[in-house]
Amino acid sequence: MTDGSMSNALKTEPAETTRTVVIERVFPHPPEKLWRALTESPLLAQWLMNNDFVPVVGRSFQFRAEPVPQWNGVIDCEVLVVDPLRQLSYTWGTMGLGTVVLWTLTPTDGGTHLRMEQSGFDPNRPANYNGAKYGWQRFFDGLERVLGEGNER
Amino acid sequence: MNRSHANPVFRALADPTRRAIFERLTRHGEQTVHALTRYAGVSQPAVSKHLTVLRRARLVGHRRAGRETHYRARPDALAPMADWLTLYGAFWRDRFDRLETILERMDP
Repeated sequence: MTDGSMSNALKTEPAETTRTVVIERVFPHPPEKLWRALTESPLLAQWLMNNDFVPVVGRSFQFRAEPVPQWNGVIDCEVLVVDPLRQLSYTWGTMGLGTVVLWTLTPTDGGTHLRMEQSGFDPNRPANYNGAKYGWQRFFDGLERVLGEGNER
Repeated sequence: MNRSHANPVFRALADPTRRAIFERLTRHGEQTVHALTRYAGVSQPAVSKHLTVLRRARLVGHRRAGRETHYRARPDALAPMADWLTLYGAFWRDRFDRLETILERMDP
């Protein structure tokens, strides 16, 4: 077990940095249209997930996906930033995963550059990294055990 | 015990060809049966059988366009078990595709 006393030899390893997923795309539509698709609950439901989103800072809401084995499909969120036509951010929590989603809109020639950044993936949380740990080839050796553990909670 | 619910997923991915097909769909997005057949190196009926198993495990979705059937991964089916970064990368790319479609349909 490691504790607060860190070895200096390990300091070059950024073990405590969280990971981020970034997806960017330019859409041939104005920011106003993108903003509506991102913030109007019924529109959001058509491309992302069913939700009770309201663009008010501090509001809690949920995304609800179709439940799958081992997951009830619920994502708990709280609105962090509402900067119309420019930025929108909310927390994204499910199954012990605590991340933040940040949308950034930038007008381009005849369109909008949309950037989605989901940050806060903790590489030290084994629950987040079962797939990476086992790798695709060994995934199966571990899967049954992982499923077994999940069922015993 | 709800272990039996997980078994279709387990069985579907236990086969290396199916695992390869699923992985390809996760990494490269929607593919036709033809494209998957070229990639998998087995006959098209074999690929179709594999896709049926993946579909029953709800690991892939499909849509028909003309004479072609397009398949895509449903990576959220693996959410509890796989690498979050890979999953969410695939998840958001898929959602960006849907967003593109919705934007076309919205009033200007």
